[in-house]
Amino acid sequence: MDVDIRIPIGLLFAILGLILVLFGLYSMNDADLYARSLGRNINLWTGLVMLLFGGLMLFFTLRKKKSS
Amino acid sequence: MAETFSLSFIDYAIMAIYFIFVLGIGWALKKYMKSSAQFLEGGKSIPSWITGLAFISANLGALEVFGMGASGAKYGLMTAHFYLVGAIPAMIFLALFMMPFYYGSKARSVPEYLKLRFDEKTRGFNAFSFAIMTVFASGISMFALARLMEVMLNWNFNYSILASAVIVLVYTYLGGLKSAIYNEVLQFFLIVIGFLPLVIIGLQDVGGWEGLTAKLSEVALNKGYAAGTWTSTWRFLGSSSTNPMGVDWIAMLMGLGFVLSFGYWCTNFLVVQRAMAANSMSAARRTPLIGALPKMFLPILVIVPGMIAMALMSMPEKGLQLIGNNGQTDYNMIIPTMLVHYYPTGLLGLGITALMASFMSGMAGNVTAFNTVFTYDIYQSYIRPGKSDDHYLKVGQFATIFGVGVSIGAAYIAANFNNIMDFLQLIFAFVNAPLFATFLLGMFWKRTTGHAAFWGLLTGTSAAALHYGLTISEGKGGWLGQLVEYPSAMAQGFYTAIYAWTVCFILTIIISLATKQLKTDDDLRGLVYSLTPKTKDEPGIPWHEKPVVMAMIIGVIGIVLTIIFW
Repeated sequence: MDVDIRIPIGLLFAILGLILVLFGLYSMNDADLYARSLGRNINLWTGLVMLLFGGLMLFFTLRKKKSS
Repeated sequence: MAETFSLSFIDYAIMAIYFIFVLGIGWALKKYMKSSAQFLEGGKSIPSWITGLAFISANLGALEVFGMGASGAKYGLMTAHFYLVGAIPAMIFLALFMMPFYYGSKARSVPEYLKLRFDEKTRGFNAFSFAIMTVFASGISMFALARLMEVMLNWNFNYSILASAVIVLVYTYLGGLKSAIYNEVLQFFLIVIGFLPLVIIGLQDVGGWEGLTAKLSEVALNKGYAAGTWTSTWRFLGSSSTNPMGVDWIAMLMGLGFVLSFGYWCTNFLVVQRAMAANSMSAARRTPLIGALPKMFLPILVIVPGMIAMALMSMPEKGLQLIGNNGQTDYNMIIPTMLVHYYPTGLLGLGITALMASFMSGMAGNVTAFNTVFTYDIYQSYIRPGKSDDHYLKVGQFATIFGVGVSIGAAYIAANFNNIMDFLQLIFAFVNAPLFATFLLGMFWKRTTGHAAFWGLLTGTSAAALHYGLTISEGKGGWLGQLVEYPSAMAQGFYTAIYAWTVCFILTIIISLATKQLKTDDDLRGLVYSLTPKTKDEPGIPWHEKPVVMAMIIGVIGIVLTIIFW
């Protein structure tokens, strides 16, 4: 395969996830910011899901590449 | 009018990083674009999980997302018919029965199949109408994106048009179909993650699924329908007067489930092209089936937000006000409105990026279908046949620029003449409705002749126009007379399709019997069911990758979902 699309997808999700996690941690106590999302820090949660998805995608793709 | 929202640095950063990746994928693919087949057909080298996701992603343009959100509010869960009965059977049929002819024949496009199976004029009719349709569809996407950004974020309309055109042009020009397909996969994941928090938090806000059901029952009762109307799919389809869609089960099954659905999923080159780019016959057949699985669950992402918005709008204390409603409720604005209503800085950037991604993939899908049909079916057939492949590669690249350029023009036409766009979309609906009759007869009845196909299509299209002209609903149609009044525009559309299909089907049979078949059995080998050896799966593929097995699994899941949400 010319470009293994799993790598850019994994990378993009990991980077965006990391940004959201960091911003979520930074704005942890900002009640005003999260008033609209019913008081939930959805930056942190969405970021974690994206980071996990991107990370797993990268991990499995790169591991497979190494073994072949 | 709701306020406009401004984005902060972090939102722009998310957007910028996404666009870097989009352009980067095109850039990375650039060096592989050495032949017209690589550029226009993706080199028939793509694994099926990618083509499968691209298959539904190409259809998941933002106009689709907005329309489904709006319908979710106006009609409730019944809208899910567009994802179940209106897609799944057709996708299974395409995979099992039609894909062997598309992938197995020498055809590089849907119009080219028509040329091989029938004749030049049938191909010409399809190629030209499809080419015009795609540039206009891409222009409408561009217009809608720019208008949305203007209303929501106060961005300059002209700059938005220009920016989206340049980005789409760059990545489709560099990487061709493959770049469009790869980006559609990226976009698919982005839409899921961008909209899912909206559904979760929105459901929490209305008190979960129970709360939503209770609230929508009140809404239904207020509008004079039975309590569960907004949260069931089939239960209130007995008569067109018992549901807000104004459609009964016959129109639903025959109009949407048969004519429109099969016409779209099985003959529209925009989606079929994705499957044809797969790396083997079984991968091509798996493509619609892999797409069908997430397709069945997309209503959670695109229809449920509309239902939530409907419930919220009946609760004034929640303060949900649709963007851009100057006294009027614009249901198309539901998803953008909910994004700015619930998403804080950070996630808002991601949500808007997902929206932009879906607009751009809608454009790119059309542009890549356009350049293939233009190059192979118009340029190579009518303008300059018999040139070197390098020449056609250049033409394909030029057609990409040309397609984007014409789309920009179409976007400004849309901005200035709203009615012209309605009118054009209507014409396209007429062209599409009878097409599946032609394919069905062409693929499964070897007697079908070229003259019959062409005149059947033309008459079917005219029948659609005539039916629309003689009936009226919601004040639309009826410019020739008003024989029948339909309870809704949706019912009118479904019946228009049914009439067009039936006329095309019957007429094609009659003309076939009256005209001589000019093609020999040898010409038709690989193009017609009875003359083609049965497609065998490649030896050694595991049972769960066999198209028939996958089709059965998807069928069962579809039936279970239908029963649960009856």
